[in-house]
Amino acid sequence: MTTHRQRHADLPPPSAPMGGLGWLRKNLFASPQDGALTLLALYLLYLVVPPLVEWALIKADWRGTRSETCSRAGACWAFIHVHLNQFMYGFYPVAQQWRVNLAIALLGALIVPLLFKRFALKRWQGAVLLLVYPVVAFYLLVGGRFGLSHVETSKWGGLTLTLVIAIVGMVAALPLGILLALGRRATNMPVLKTLCVAFIELVRGVPLITVLFMSSVMLPFFLPEGLNFDKLLRALIGVALFASAYMAEVVRGGLQGIPKGQFEAAAALGLGFWKSTALVILPQALKLVIPGIVNTFIGLFKDTSLVLIIGLFDLLGSIQAANADANWLGFSTEGYVFAGCIYWVFCFSMSRYSQWLEKKLQTGHKR
Amino acid sequence: MAQIKDPAEAPPTRPPPWNDPRIRAIVFQVLVSAGAVALAAYLVRNLMHNLEMRGISTGFGFLSNRAGFAINQALIPYSEESSTYGRTFVVGLLNTLLVSGLGIVFSTILGFIIGVARLSRNWLVAKLALAYIEIFRNLPLLVQILFWYFAVFLNLPAPSEALHIGDSVFLTLRGLYLPRPEAQAGFGWTVSALVAAIVASVVLAHWSRHRQERTGKPFPAYLGSLVLLAGVPLAAFVLTGRPLLWVKPELAGFNFVGGIAVIPELAALLLSLSIYTAAFIAETVRAGILSVSHGQTEAAYALGLRPSWALRLVIVPQAMRVTIPPLTSQYLNLTKNSSLATAIGYPDLVSLFAGTTLNQTGQAVEVMSMTMAVYLVISLVISMFMNWFNARMALVER
Amino acid sequence: MNAIQAVDSTANAASAGPAMVELHGVHKWYDRFHVLKDISLSVAEGERIVICGPSGSGKSTMIRCINRLEEHQRGRIIVGGVELTSDVKNIEKVRSEVGIVFQHFNLFPHLTVLENCVLAPMWVRKTPRKAAEQAAMEYLERVRIPEQAKKYPGQLSGGQQQRVAIARSLCMRPKVMLFDEPTSALDPEMIKEVLDVMVGLARSGMTMLCVTHEMGFAKTVANRVIFMDGGEIIEENEPEAFFMHPQHDRTKLFLSQILNH
Repeated sequence: MTTHRQRHADLPPPSAPMGGLGWLRKNLFASPQDGALTLLALYLLYLVVPPLVEWALIKADWRGTRSETCSRAGACWAFIHVHLNQFMYGFYPVAQQWRVNLAIALLGALIVPLLFKRFALKRWQGAVLLLVYPVVAFYLLVGGRFGLSHVETSKWGGLTLTLVIAIVGMVAALPLGILLALGRRATNMPVLKTLCVAFIELVRGVPLITVLFMSSVMLPFFLPEGLNFDKLLRALIGVALFASAYMAEVVRGGLQGIPKGQFEAAAALGLGFWKSTALVILPQALKLVIPGIVNTFIGLFKDTSLVLIIGLFDLLGSIQAANADANWLGFSTEGYVFAGCIYWVFCFSMSRYSQWLEKKLQTGHKR
Repeated sequence: MAQIKDPAEAPPTRPPPWNDPRIRAIVFQVLVSAGAVALAAYLVRNLMHNLEMRGISTGFGFLSNRAGFAINQALIPYSEESSTYGRTFVVGLLNTLLVSGLGIVFSTILGFIIGVARLSRNWLVAKLALAYIEIFRNLPLLVQILFWYFAVFLNLPAPSEALHIGDSVFLTLRGLYLPRPEAQAGFGWTVSALVAAIVASVVLAHWSRHRQERTGKPFPAYLGSLVLLAGVPLAAFVLTGRPLLWVKPELAGFNFVGGIAVIPELAALLLSLSIYTAAFIAETVRAGILSVSHGQTEAAYALGLRPSWALRLVIVPQAMRVTIPPLTSQYLNLTKNSSLATAIGYPDLVSLFAGTTLNQTGQAVEVMSMTMAVYLVISLVISMFMNWFNARMALVER
Repeated sequence: MNAIQAVDSTANAASAGPAMVELHGVHKWYDRFHVLKDISLSVAEGERIVICGPSGSGKSTMIRCINRLEEHQRGRIIVGGVELTSDVKNIEKVRSEVGIVFQHFNLFPHLTVLENCVLAPMWVRKTPRKAAEQAAMEYLERVRIPEQAKKYPGQLSGGQQQRVAIARSLCMRPKVMLFDEPTSALDPEMIKEVLDVMVGLARSGMTMLCVTHEMGFAKTVANRVIFMDGGEIIEENEPEAFFMHPQHDRTKLFLSQILNH
């Protein structure tokens, strides 16, 4: 039996057009239950979205300098507008705020190229970022030298303070976490390993608030009399130690993902432990867990809001303080919505970046 | 170096001590331990000195001192006049366990629903679930707690103008008031009926499984158990004349009395914890279901298994293995996050003990160690459970 | 030689038998992509069909339509007298009569080998456990791994897993067996053990449709070899005629590519 025919041309698909109506049928009304779900979902949206839009946009008051000018029919964004400087900079002297702007702009200029591979000069920039920038930023923000006036840390607040805590926490946590992870894997030194494991498990097992209490309330007790720590510094120490434990676990995951052959090859070339770790193992391990590092940073960014409990006025803390302002009572909703939006924009962008990065790195890791 | 006639006979040369890796490791560790001990000694010495200077006593004796402050939610008897600091510890602990336990239940239910919704074929439902997850995951928990408490619950009407459902449920600025069930004589029958129903459903499950293995005929054991658990206690309840009195909250003066009171702090904390954690649980559930390769579903269908059986016998067992570890991790996070109660004054362990008690007694070391020990024990128990679970459930491989 | 002739004679007798699987004018589209174009095929009881062709030609899609793992949009598919439509009852009936062996085995990793085999008989055919286990052990012996019954799939080699997959399908006593590139994911030294089982199955009179590149298998066992390309059946013939005298240019090209090494 032999059969052969003339080759067929491609035919178009049958009946339902893949245009609007067909799409609706397939995705929203595929079956009676599906249709019921769609209607339920639409009803929920109808309950939530129009009142929200009405409150936040249509009936809202955008301008005004006194609370009386706000009708209570919609959101009173004037409340935010009036306190905006406080929400952004805390009590940083207005005349000196350019220093904060400069520090953040510099950071952005240095980090953005690192994040997107297309812009090269990476090693050079990494070195500047980690070694030169912190010093520059410190003097910009604190002042006291180079003709810049001194601004006490108690005046720092708002989004500025949130960024300072998050970034310093992260920068400190990374090397600490790496050391802890390496120590945890040192099977030939049980004392060191036990100390590292104990620290990591202890810190990961307790809430951040207790670590902050410890560092802000108890740290002064452990120091010789008279040596007083700046309140912000105590909080930074607590945040850094907390983040380093989580970072240690992330890095440990990366180290575990390096095939044994890499260690063997480095040793065979004559590289000792520190050299092989720094030149061969860590670059690969860190690249493996960059998404994990970004996720830890997102968590850290959200956690900075806890410093309001120990009396620092970060973004959320300054909103709480403004809510208590006697001239502007009753606008707590607007305050929290505003704070929520700012946090959300930051966290959502970082999480999108992390997902993009993960996709990019996966295709580069063809096994 | 001496001349060696036959290299194979010579003893192995030992490196000089400063190059021997074992000795180096030992020396390093000795230095590290010595350093750690020295640091600890220095810190402790400062601590003792500072405590003495400020007249703060040490030891756990303070636990039997009178506390003298009021607590607005105590699950065990507590009196402002006579209860001790030790009692505040227990009250705080119970409040933490209460909000964590309820939070775990609500967030799991909500999280599973949203996780499954995210995988729905219905475009609108899937997108709504995605929106929920992306919104609540990226908002700090503290912002959510403060929003619910200050912007919502504290803006509820006063008791005299309470929002209500009929005359039993009242929502006011002072809290949520629900009717309290009070068992009357004869309620014992309903309870025994419930116990009997539980035993009967277990027996039913076993019997139906054996029958299927013997004869091949399946029996709807799940449905049967449901009917038993619902029907038998209900029948007993009705037959004994409905011996349950619902004590309704009644407005007396400025507030409601009678009934169950849920303070706004608990409500706000519970609501925000559940909503926040549910977003993470939804992602965990989704990852678990997606982890089962499509080939498994195809093989199950190709063998003729109905979708519900394929789900129960093939997909869910495999998905659960992947889901349970991160799920318990989320439960642990929820329990730790409940400590944010401090921000709104819910009397949990941290706010009562590491907050008020510490402020009053000044014994920071003892108080903080006790508090942290509680959380560590909870973490440890959950870790041990997870290790046991992973070992038990791991897929057997070469 | 005798075995092959014996197999051939059974085939000739069977080609006059009732049709087990019929495809009439079957078309399928993935969105706008026309993946199956006017497929018509008739497989008699006891026939063994080998389907070959370049990747993307629609061969896997075609056999997966036969047990409704894929849905066709136009045309008719009739299996064992039952027409495949969106009627759920029909689909269940067809699936219990058709077995399939996948390229990636798809054994259930959380169940032992024995449990994998008795799952469907117990739940679909309502067989009591003892009887199901007995039958399963017989089939495991037939594929020559009865000693692995209590092991888990993760503990077996690829070749062993595929043989378990074959036994699992056979436990449902199907009338038709579909094979979707059963040896493509195996290491070379394990291919023979699986092919041997498939040859044994063919000799016992099972109706088989195999998508495979193993031409030796085709020559030994097949009644017909079908070449597909671009979603259509280009050429169909008895094995010897197919390999020795390909008619269509595309067939000639394909054969020259795979038979040269």
